[in-house]
Amino acid sequence: MTTKSAWNITLAKQGWYKRNEIALTPWLFLIPGIVMFTMYVVFPIFQSFQISLFKWDGLGKLGTHGEYVGLANYEKLLTRDRSFNISLWNNLKWLIFYLVSIPAGLLIALFLNQAVRGIRLYKSLFFFPFVISQIVVGLVFTWFYDPQYGLFNGIIGFVGFEPINVLGDPGLATYGVIAAGVWPQTAFCMILYLTGLNSVDTEQVEAARLDGAKGMKMLWYVILPQLRPATFIAFVVTVIGSLRSFDLIAIMTNGGPFGSSRVLGFYMFEKSLSEYGFKMGYGAAIAVILFLIMMIFIGYFLWRTYQDEKAANQ
Amino acid sequence: MFPRPIEKSSRAWQLGYQAILPLVMLLWLAPLLAVALFSIRPDSDFIIGNYWGWPSSFEMIKNYGMVFGSAMPRYIMNSFMITIPTVIGAVALSCMTGFALGVYRFRGNLLIFFMFIAGNFVPFQILMVPVRDLTLDLGLYNTKTGLVLFHIAFQTGFCTLFMRNFIKALPYELIEAARVEGIAEWRIFWYVVLPLMKPAIAALSVLIFTFIWNDYFWAIVLTQGENTQPVTAGITSFNAQYRAMYHLMSAGSIIAALPPVLMFFLMQKHFIAGLTLGAVK
Repeated sequence: MTTKSAWNITLAKQGWYKRNEIALTPWLFLIPGIVMFTMYVVFPIFQSFQISLFKWDGLGKLGTHGEYVGLANYEKLLTRDRSFNISLWNNLKWLIFYLVSIPAGLLIALFLNQAVRGIRLYKSLFFFPFVISQIVVGLVFTWFYDPQYGLFNGIIGFVGFEPINVLGDPGLATYGVIAAGVWPQTAFCMILYLTGLNSVDTEQVEAARLDGAKGMKMLWYVILPQLRPATFIAFVVTVIGSLRSFDLIAIMTNGGPFGSSRVLGFYMFEKSLSEYGFKMGYGAAIAVILFLIMMIFIGYFLWRTYQDEKAANQ
Repeated sequence: MFPRPIEKSSRAWQLGYQAILPLVMLLWLAPLLAVALFSIRPDSDFIIGNYWGWPSSFEMIKNYGMVFGSAMPRYIMNSFMITIPTVIGAVALSCMTGFALGVYRFRGNLLIFFMFIAGNFVPFQILMVPVRDLTLDLGLYNTKTGLVLFHIAFQTGFCTLFMRNFIKALPYELIEAARVEGIAEWRIFWYVVLPLMKPAIAALSVLIFTFIWNDYFWAIVLTQGENTQPVTAGITSFNAQYRAMYHLMSAGSIIAALPPVLMFFLMQKHFIAGLTLGAVK
């Protein structure tokens, strides 16, 4: 009896914060992060949805200087804008060809997964392109493709082909830029797979070897299933990266020739902030469409994470 | 180990592998090596069309000296002044959010966690117009502070994902033991959890340094001119100034790319640990 009342007295003395400490602490720790993130990320997403319903040149406030046009921006985009179509198609090309990085990265990882002298340095050097900024990668590849003194034309000239102006050809420019993007992305996938290969279950591999599995069969039935987490991350990051492409296009082709290498992200920037005028509403509508496309993959990632969480809590 | 270790195959295979390694690497890095070669050539080589032959003279000091005599050092300084505060800010915020989401069970925990993850993946373009407006309203347009604040906020998404998963994997008994001792919650964060997070902090710092150093999009959206712009944006003005002077543009690009590269080679272990978290179960 006495101990219990003593307990109650100490509780009362402790004050409100102390009694609710466990419930309050996480919120106190979360507040700074949530405030910043809401202000700069969550809110702007909703604002962009709103702006996309207006005709607005970005001057003054949206409420007073913008003109509400409903879904007119979207209607124009989807029915009467050829540049939008080209950009959307190019996004699709990026998405598909960027995925080449995953098998390419696996191939290099398999090639480098040996224990010879100096292999660590080789691994670092292969990873090198990922560390360099996309701006420098873009410059490097622009010069690589240069019709006059680029290494690319040096090589194909050596084999006997006529020089090609890759970035000056509307049919080829996008592929040229994508190839530049695949270079660092492959390096990224390679490092994921190298780490994955490092933790492959040796006993399973030896057991499979005793059963006579080797080469492609071993890779497909024994190794790849164990590399699934690495493949998942590689897939998500590569897809998001492909839809986010901007830097390389801005540096290598500036969307050209004749707008043939634009993607949605670049076209949106051009419409909103470049010399072609400040069409913020129209730009926001393009951004919203890109966002919705990306939400498919973000949703997939969240769903997978949710499944993992549920499994971990059981 | 897969593929089968090369030591177990014949001597010829081993020698073949050792010989082919440097060749494949040269091929892989060819575009970069070409630029490195350009950057030590004299400009006369470009006039006489000697692009791929032996350089007629080595002008490394002269070319790189020209780069350091231009606005490039300013841009590099700006990059540091943007990158370092961002790293500190984003890591500090995410240590806290990661702790809150990784240690406590409360309603909305997973929802908040998912908000951070989803936000970290959105396309920049959907944030562009509102963030530019917000920065203008705060009077921070064309300042390093404006850029840093945005970077901190945005990177908090990725960093929270990283930190929360790291903390979740720590032994929970440590925290329970501390609670039994009657230690205040904030002290548990400071004296129990934070010391254990050192490897995660190191890994994240290196990663965020590289991400922010290499940012181009926000640099051109939120800043202009050599007083504020980082080197990724500065290199384009540099190139406009030295148009068609390939030896200088190459040297400039190499200088711009150097800090993250050094960072990577010095902190390789942490860098790769950060990048591959979650890639292995």
